[in-house]
Amino acid sequence: MDPAEVPPPLALVDVTKSFGSVRALRGLSLELRSGEIHAMVGENGAGKSTLVKVIAGVHRPDGGQVLVDGRPTEFAAPVDAQRAGVAVIYQEPTLFPDLSVAENIFVGRQPRTRLRTIDRGRMRRDTEEVFTRLGVHMDPDRPARGLSIADQQLVEIAKALTRQARVLVMDEPTAALSGVEAERLFTVARTLRDSGAALLFISHRFDEVFSLCDRITVVRDGAFVSCDPTTELDVDTVVRRMVGRDVSSLYPKEDAEHGETVLEVDGLTRHGVFADVSFEVRAGEIVALAGLVGAGRSEVIRAVFGVDRYDAGTVRVEGRPLPPGRPKAAMDAGVALVPEDRRQQGLVMESSIERNATATRRGPLSRLGLLRRRTERDSAREWGERLNLKFGGLTDSVSTLSGGNQQKVVLAKWLSTEPRVLFVDEPTRGIDVGTKAEVHRLLSTLAGQGLAIVMVSSELPEVLGMADRVLVMHEGRVTAELDRDEADEESVMYAATGQRPSEAA
Amino acid sequence: MNAPSAAPEASTAGAPPRAEGRPARGQRQFRELGVLLAVAILIFATWLYNPGFLSSQGVHDLFLGATVLSVLAVGQALVLITRNVDLSVGSVMGLSAFGTGILFVTFPGLPVPVVMLAGVLIGLVCGLLNGLLVTTARVPALVVTLGTLYAYRGLNHWWADGGQVNAHDMPDAFLLLGSFSVLGVPLPAAIAIAVVAAVGFYLARYRSGRELYAIGSNADAARLSGIPAARRVALAFAANGALAGLAGVLFAARYGTVDSTVGTGMELQVVAAAVVGGVAIAGGVGTVYGAALGAVLLTTITAALPIWQINQFWHQAVVGALILAAIGLDRLLALRTARKLRGGGARGA
Repeated sequence: MDPAEVPPPLALVDVTKSFGSVRALRGLSLELRSGEIHAMVGENGAGKSTLVKVIAGVHRPDGGQVLVDGRPTEFAAPVDAQRAGVAVIYQEPTLFPDLSVAENIFVGRQPRTRLRTIDRGRMRRDTEEVFTRLGVHMDPDRPARGLSIADQQLVEIAKALTRQARVLVMDEPTAALSGVEAERLFTVARTLRDSGAALLFISHRFDEVFSLCDRITVVRDGAFVSCDPTTELDVDTVVRRMVGRDVSSLYPKEDAEHGETVLEVDGLTRHGVFADVSFEVRAGEIVALAGLVGAGRSEVIRAVFGVDRYDAGTVRVEGRPLPPGRPKAAMDAGVALVPEDRRQQGLVMESSIERNATATRRGPLSRLGLLRRRTERDSAREWGERLNLKFGGLTDSVSTLSGGNQQKVVLAKWLSTEPRVLFVDEPTRGIDVGTKAEVHRLLSTLAGQGLAIVMVSSELPEVLGMADRVLVMHEGRVTAELDRDEADEESVMYAATGQRPSEAA
Repeated sequence: MNAPSAAPEASTAGAPPRAEGRPARGQRQFRELGVLLAVAILIFATWLYNPGFLSSQGVHDLFLGATVLSVLAVGQALVLITRNVDLSVGSVMGLSAFGTGILFVTFPGLPVPVVMLAGVLIGLVCGLLNGLLVTTARVPALVVTLGTLYAYRGLNHWWADGGQVNAHDMPDAFLLLGSFSVLGVPLPAAIAIAVVAAVGFYLARYRSGRELYAIGSNADAARLSGIPAARRVALAFAANGALAGLAGVLFAARYGTVDSTVGTGMELQVVAAAVVGGVAIAGGVGTVYGAALGAVLLTTITAALPIWQINQFWHQAVVGALILAAIGLDRLLALRTARKLRGGGARGA
């Protein structure tokens, strides 16, 4: 246990990394020792995935050091990390759909014959061997296209195993696995540990973390919080350390009169994505959909808005049923959706501010089918002022704006349709703190004016600070509905991880 | 994505090995066999209609006609597989053909193999330039090679200055290359067949060859896997350029007369041949065998139409219909494969 004698195979010291104005990592340190499974836990957005990408050589840290066997090392590209014996299993599988399973596992390092051609026979045998170790049956020659997420994850695991890595990083590897598959993975992980590898395991499932890992590091806001042996911790302590933050002036929530029910969602189901989701939202109310990334929250609101289809259930706006799969009908009924990814889904990045801000109202702003620039510009200017938009000129492309101001353009675009129900998905992701508060104030004011707001957010403080009611989703189901005074960090976190306080204690 | 599906089967462990073995690979082979079958049927039917079609001269012409297009299609397939495209191949081929001719004029004493190598080198340099522009400037290949299409052609016009190189300027040994036959197979066609076999073997059996498929299949994953994607893509362009250079040399040897317009408009025929042969524009899929067969099919159609006494004006419409049919077939096969794979996979998504 004495780290001074044998330097750990991989250690990070004071690593920092920023993306624009967002500081993803602010001085994170981590030490992965041989023969140990190390857990890293933290809220969504705490910087875990960024850290993984630093270890993998995808991101170069702005500051701090990466130590391999105690020596400072620069990972300029993923290949450098691989040479240092680091293998990474990403949250999202990164396979080649057109290549066979065996080739996916051995890509770039296929076994070769003396003539330097690929030894297909050996590649197939090695693949079968690693699958046997993992206890799965998969045809090595089938293409990766069409594999389920769980099977893709298994291929990734097989890939990492055949690398015989000294350091294995697993970023939520079990999110898509069934219990049996996950258990098999843990057996393999323990075998690797016993053979002297250093493992980093990232998971939101506390039962897994506690049963598998030797030490637990808690991170929050891109910074190190604590690192202790698992035996000295319990779930409650870890949860408290993950959240412990003051919820203050960032969330200027005003009390609003709650009016009639505007939106009713009943039994909404999409097979394999979410099931039996029901909720109501009243005028003037802010309802937050909380949960972990991948719990199905965005999928629910996309289905309600009609972007995605659903298999069962009904959606009613002001008592009238909304036809499924028709966003235009939803817009006509007074529903607006500010999507999660503003760059991909919310804006036309190369287009001007005014074009973007008025994109939802081309009809009303045109005469005889022709858009009138003047009305377009006037309307955009009006909304720019109302939302305190900071811009150079209305004809500048939105890509020149900061993240927060881009988000305001998306908001303007939807608010100008005068909706009755507003869906906002991660309204403040990647936005600096000042603008964040502005967006929050805006949402609060809008609710005060009688708008019904459904907010998807992965940031617990935002959920707790803004919502009148919190719906917590876990693996496609609503696991808790909490009123403002019932909801706190721990109750939401427990519901989001599918735990109950009694269970964990 | 995360929620277990309504009725998940126990695990992958329960799925029996598939009886059919390798569905997708089987489909791909079927795809190339289909093109081969189309060629065979076309040749057979045309021969029934007019046995003169398969006279020794007819076979000879058929082979020679397919040579240049096949070599170009093989090169194009290399680039298409990485999810890029090279529109400048017609101009590169023209530049190389003219360069070969002018070398014979300027240095009459140069040995034939040296001049041929120089022609290939001209293509290599042009291709490498394309590749470097695409990978370093990060401009889509479509735009870069559209630019170099005109740039290389302009260079050729400037170099030729309205002149042309005639057969009597070239050594007999070189021209013999275009008409010499080994066991009934013209030498250029034999070269083309060797090229197809070599490149096909490389793509299937070498790491760097398979990595071209990986890059075209999922560029991000290729980066994460540590594949030097930029280098591989640049080399694919360079190889394509070299093959276009070779095509230019073969063209000069066969026709003996070259001016600065050789290969004009060739690029679209080449892409058409590759697509008909099952190389996907979206990258990651296809073989050079397919591309070469596509080239053979297109040239056979060109040769067969006059025999059927079909107006040449129909030629382009036929080619167009063929491309649409090929794309439709690919889509159909892809859907079928996807369905099969889903059904046969470990469990539903």
